[in-house]
Amino acid sequence: MTEKKKTTIVLFSGDYDKAMAAYIIANGAAAYDHEVTIFHTFWGLNALRKNEKALVKKGFIEKMFGKMMPRGADKMGLSKMNFAGFGPKMIKDVMKKHNAMSLPQLIELAQEQEVKLVACTMTMDLLGLQKEELLDNIEYAGVAAYLADAEEGNVNLFI
Amino acid sequence: MNSVKVLDAKGLACPMPIVKTKKAINEIATGEVLEIHTTDKGAKNDLTAWAKSGGHDLLKFEEENGILKFWIKKG
Repeated sequence: MTEKKKTTIVLFSGDYDKAMAAYIIANGAAAYDHEVTIFHTFWGLNALRKNEKALVKKGFIEKMFGKMMPRGADKMGLSKMNFAGFGPKMIKDVMKKHNAMSLPQLIELAQEQEVKLVACTMTMDLLGLQKEELLDNIEYAGVAAYLADAEEGNVNLFI
Repeated sequence: MNSVKVLDAKGLACPMPIVKTKKAINEIATGEVLEIHTTDKGAKNDLTAWAKSGGHDLLKFEEENGILKFWIKKG
């Protein structure tokens, strides 16, 4: 085969269902032998947060942001029918029944398949997120690095 | 048909059948045949498209009691 095709996905959304769609496509594309990049920006960064609290210095507003946003993929809400957190519980039950993978599992699988996970550093600053709070083995970059991948991309999505 | 490997992907939901198939095909040699069993209804279209894109040959497809069986020759 000739040079590898590329898939690039911008994950802007911080909803469990939308992030799931992004990660299913990313894992599928990796199975298609594409080089895959997911660029996490704004609320999408929360998918990369670790569950546990990291000891980092923060200002007041940053602390508030940190408290109000979901700490990790498993804590994210649904874009529809969230019902104050009851929706995700229901859908996770249904997913188990249908043997669908959970979002944290999909993220782990993506890392196994060498999907490049990128955190947007500018929005990390805006939301007060620091490297210590995000998953290990991810990359940090801005719009130029994303565009460098995207301009050679065959599939390019904004979710 | 002589398959060198059988992949049991029954009960797995999208995207697992395709991810597992990819892993399994990496473990066999060109020209060898991989047999895949799955229950995901989307797999017929998924695996057909995947095989074509990767340059593999879908030799045979069979459906039996809700189990979809594929034979893919690595290209």
